[in-house]
Amino acid sequence: MARRLSAGLVLSLLLAVATGAGAHAFLDRAEPRVGGKVHAPPARVSLWFTERLEPAYSRVKVVDDTGRQVDKADGAVDAADARVLRASLPPLAPGTYKVIWRVLSVDTHVTEGDFTFSVAR
Amino acid sequence: MWHALAVVSSLSVFLLGLASPVFAHGLAGKRFFPSTIAIEDPFVSDELTLPNITHIKRRASGDEPAARETSFSGEYSKRITPNFGLSLEGTLVHVDPDHGEVLDGFENLEVGLKYQAFTSAAHEAIVSLGLSWEVGGTGRRAIGAESFDVVTPAILFGKGFGDLPDSLSALKPLALTGVVGLAIPTRAKTRTVKVEGDEVEVEVEKNPNVVTWGFAIEYSLPYLTSYVRDYGLPDFVRRLIPLVEIELQTPIDRGQGGRTTGTVNPGVIWAGKFFQVGVEAVVPINERTGKNVGIRGMLHFFLDDLFPNLIGRPLFGR
Repeated sequence: MARRLSAGLVLSLLLAVATGAGAHAFLDRAEPRVGGKVHAPPARVSLWFTERLEPAYSRVKVVDDTGRQVDKADGAVDAADARVLRASLPPLAPGTYKVIWRVLSVDTHVTEGDFTFSVAR
Repeated sequence: MWHALAVVSSLSVFLLGLASPVFAHGLAGKRFFPSTIAIEDPFVSDELTLPNITHIKRRASGDEPAARETSFSGEYSKRITPNFGLSLEGTLVHVDPDHGEVLDGFENLEVGLKYQAFTSAAHEAIVSLGLSWEVGGTGRRAIGAESFDVVTPAILFGKGFGDLPDSLSALKPLALTGVVGLAIPTRAKTRTVKVEGDEVEVEVEKNPNVVTWGFAIEYSLPYLTSYVRDYGLPDFVRRLIPLVEIELQTPIDRGQGGRTTGTVNPGVIWAGKFFQVGVEAVVPINERTGKNVGIRGMLHFFLDDLFPNLIGRPLFGR
């Protein structure tokens, strides 16, 4: 009996999944990589999320080790892929940089986070 | 029992194959706390645990023979407001003794209230107050369900270590959750009358107040990957959260003070987009608790993500 109940419930939940339930948007991967070191200054940072983002309420910026914003202040959701957030960068000097993001997924869950990457000498 | 475990395992694998490898549920800032398997987690949320299965061989005690015991429990938690929730838990127990009759029956129904009193995003910290009520007489006496109520006020907490300095970045994925409560029975003694032929025997069992306490230490690979360092781990691995849970009970009076029992439960949780699965070993901490190692598994659904506009939202507030 318990098994049948479990199986029935699981099937119901699967149906719900299939009909478009939503979830929090978490950072799936980034370029430059989270905690990574690059040998050439990157032209941009790109963040791939697990859910589609609301462009109007999703932000990203890059700061240096003094907290000064160094990106070109054009951080935005990619028009071609709503799961991707990008910001352009000027040529960066060697050092460690922090990427700070805050996003709203299309089902209204807010998530935020940060990570660092470094540019080698 | 093993058939049931096989069914749950198969369903879990099936779901793993279908679901996107992302996660949801209890958040404090950047920290995602999974629902722990053995102890209560500190979050108020819309969630469903079905089933949580534990299998262990109990040793003989007094007149009772050694027995294989399997419990199947389910718990539904519902947010009334964003910070206040209600939960209902039921457990079906199957007892298969070495000799004697096989027993099946429900434990007493448990009703829980929880208030999430403090959350710090910056420090990945949370504190909640809980009150659980084991409703006496709703379960089967033969499998140990008591005829009296037990009320347990408790304090619950969670703390992620993401605010450690960067020089300790490898420790940032660590988190600690815990619960400390006092289980207060509404009856100090239970009298049992046994009649065998012309003999009438009265047994008196004392019901002590019991401190129930537990901790879980977790190392979150999702946290490592998203916030500390991406080592390029395979998708399945980067969603794992190895953990050790410690679950303890310490009677404090009525002739049983200090006789602590409990288990250490090392295991792992895989957290997906709409659900998580977890498995742990159940290791007794002392002879008083038992000698055999058991196993516990859980399938847990995040209703707030599955049904964000239906049963997955608070009844009042947003």
